[in-house]
Amino acid sequence: MTATRRATDALIIVAVLLAAWQILHRIAGDTALPAPIATLTYLTQMLPTERFAQNAAATAEAFSLALLLAYVFGLAIGVWMGAHRLSGAVGEPILVAIYSLPKIVLYPVVLLIFGLGISGKVVFGALHGILPVALLTMGAIRAIPPVYLRSAHTLRLTPWQVIATVLIPAALPEVFTGLRIGFTVTLLGVLLGEMFASRLGLGSMIMSDMQLAQSKDMVTVTIILFAFAAIANAILLWIEHRLHRRV
Amino acid sequence: MSRVGLIRLAVIAALIGALEFACQTGLINRRTIVPPSEMAVTLYKLLASGAINADIARTLGVIVVVIAFSIVLGFALGVLIHALPRVREALDPLFATYYAVPIFIFYPVLIAIFGLTIFPIVVIGVATAIVAMIIATLNGLDRVPRVLTKVARVHRLSRVSTALTLQLPAAAPYLFTGVKLSVSYGFIAVIAAEFILSPAGLGRDIADAYADFNNRRMYALILFLLIVATIVNAALHAFDMRWAERGSGGSP
Repeated sequence: MTATRRATDALIIVAVLLAAWQILHRIAGDTALPAPIATLTYLTQMLPTERFAQNAAATAEAFSLALLLAYVFGLAIGVWMGAHRLSGAVGEPILVAIYSLPKIVLYPVVLLIFGLGISGKVVFGALHGILPVALLTMGAIRAIPPVYLRSAHTLRLTPWQVIATVLIPAALPEVFTGLRIGFTVTLLGVLLGEMFASRLGLGSMIMSDMQLAQSKDMVTVTIILFAFAAIANAILLWIEHRLHRRV
Repeated sequence: MSRVGLIRLAVIAALIGALEFACQTGLINRRTIVPPSEMAVTLYKLLASGAINADIARTLGVIVVVIAFSIVLGFALGVLIHALPRVREALDPLFATYYAVPIFIFYPVLIAIFGLTIFPIVVIGVATAIVAMIIATLNGLDRVPRVLTKVARVHRLSRVSTALTLQLPAAAPYLFTGVKLSVSYGFIAVIAAEFILSPAGLGRDIADAYADFNNRRMYALILFLLIVATIVNAALHAFDMRWAERGSGGSP
């Protein structure tokens, strides 16, 4: 009952969004915003093209490297600040302040240091992702009840056993939330970087299509990215719920 | 100031000092980063000359419009959706994924639809900021204790005075969280939109200075935006703290 109800709800929302798109298309005209059905049929033509494959590969490469950097540095900072009380107390407000800054204004600085190639957008994407991963990891480690560690001590577990059987299972669900949010904002960072200045990548493809008035291509790429982010988030959210239920 | 606060200040001062030192000694090339002192001097000159006043007014104006619109409309929509449980149930998954997709990538589509005016910037700003306010309003109204509505009924309060004297104050801390997020998101989205493509504004100024290799101007403008954002965030944080203190006083 609830499952079918949820499915109908989702269908209604999608239908409403498509209807809104159709109406905007009527108002704006075909050159500005192609119709939903035309876009979806165009999708099948665009996916196999060389141009799309090349740009998608460039974005995929930059995004995976940026995500790796964000996770490694975010987890390292989070564990350090979670375990070391003073560092956490000193550093947390600084991280929170940086988190709420418009990081886009720092992109020229990143470009001047790392250049226009792939490393610039990788670093910029990672800059977005490090903060939520670090903040949530820190919170997860601080929230581990001290009684867990005391019982581990009573059981005379070795440090490695403590890490593997107590610390990681206790912190994992919340850390995973950080990784999920890190995924989203890193993707946004890489795409923003590509939109501003890049020769390759889906973000730059959207911008050049807009400037050349190729609305069909632009909207199609936007929808592909949107769908990718939504599906990836749904999968990560599903894993996250399972992790939370386990504890 | 507390010991932790002093250490924090020292850490920040040390970082800025290290950057200044590295720039002055040539460890960091001037064409990459100009010394922080020079950023500050250039910013002072820019502000004193009035050369960037128009862009400051424009950008901050757009941000204020976006934030005001998001807060007022977001609150109204939140109240409306809260009154319709069936609609809310249907919208919940949408709210849950909204900030997990990069909404900003629709900015070029908006430019294609509305043209390169101020309008796409306002739309992308509101689209980014408003949902946080809607979610916060729903959360706040959920947390209004049942007993308050009962008290209102006992005292035969009208619907309006119940809302104003009981429900609104009870939901206020959550609403303030929404305001805080709306301010932060609105700020970021407007600057990002100006930066990527826009007819004018501070974001556009920075992008132009970058393209012209005018590093002094670029760093001065970046410093200005970072200072404004930090002041706004610090003010909201301070307000939040005072609120939390007052809340933990006598109230239940």
